[in-house]
Amino acid sequence: MTTLEKTTDQILQLAAQHFSVPREQLRPDDDFFKKLGINSLQALDLLTRIEQHFHIELPDYELQGVADFRTLAERIQSRL
Amino acid sequence: MTGGSFHGQALSWRVAEGVVHLVLDRAPCNEIGSIALDELERFVAALETLERDAHALIISSARKEGFCAGADLRELYRESHLLDSARRIKGIRDFLERIHRVMNALDESPLVTIAAIHGVAFGGGFELALTCDLIIADKTARFCFPELRLGLIPGFGGIPRLKRDLGNAVVRDLLLTGRSINVTKAQAIGLVSQLAAEGESLRVARATAAQIGKFDRKTTISAKRFIKPIPREELRREIDIFCELFARQAVEDGLRKFVESTSPLPYLP
Repeated sequence: MTTLEKTTDQILQLAAQHFSVPREQLRPDDDFFKKLGINSLQALDLLTRIEQHFHIELPDYELQGVADFRTLAERIQSRL
Repeated sequence: MTGGSFHGQALSWRVAEGVVHLVLDRAPCNEIGSIALDELERFVAALETLERDAHALIISSARKEGFCAGADLRELYRESHLLDSARRIKGIRDFLERIHRVMNALDESPLVTIAAIHGVAFGGGFELALTCDLIIADKTARFCFPELRLGLIPGFGGIPRLKRDLGNAVVRDLLLTGRSINVTKAQAIGLVSQLAAEGESLRVARATAAQIGKFDRKTTISAKRFIKPIPREELRREIDIFCELFARQAVEDGLRKFVESTSPLPYLP
């Protein structure tokens, strides 16, 4: 079973790669909207890539109030 | 503008190799407001002539952000919030009557119509795609009916068309949750007919249009008329329900909240 740490790490790698941010600059507790500087359409793009990477469906409302990578990883974990 | 081509502020079209190509191109993501509606009406008026030289129509977007983010809510709020209730309702009803005429004309065009999608196809953008016979989407595509967040239902004919094509359960899922679905899910439920690699939906749509051009045109037109009836009664009812809902203060409040929002996900309630 994938651990929360592994899932968090995969999200950080995915975000770093897609938004061209050095991986070492991203931390689990970072606010990903601020850290990545993304708008609403880019947030949806990130959601699409997360769903494809983890082979899950993550409804938008699950992201309500979620801004840091670790909490995002928890939401993903509950769908794996 | 010539008979076979047009380049406006929100869209352009041209005909090549038997295919009419309608390209949406207005920042930020092809929101449908008065300018887009004017030009869509011009396109529909030109269709009868364009159809003589074509067998297929492809609708795509030149915006990297996606296919179409839906109705121009900022314009809608700007144009409506200072009006009294009666004038607000008349204004929105007139707009809906016009967009429904456009959508119905696209839906029943004798051309085989293909939506080539990437990125967001939300609200009115999703509804535009639903007028097409085939939806071809790349891996970045997402589909959504977010209207309930504003206290409204989709108003461009989306519910009757999605119900016609996929059934009531799919409508309820997307409409009542307001969630967006990715292309994998959209293909699994039968909404998307072909999945393309990122950035390849237009190429796949062109290949599909070329294949369709090999068939006898009269037979194709007969087949389409037989299997794709326009749900006119439900479309009329949709306009009435939308206008009833639009009259409420809660809708104006929802629109204001959306327009003034600085949230990264403003479409979430």
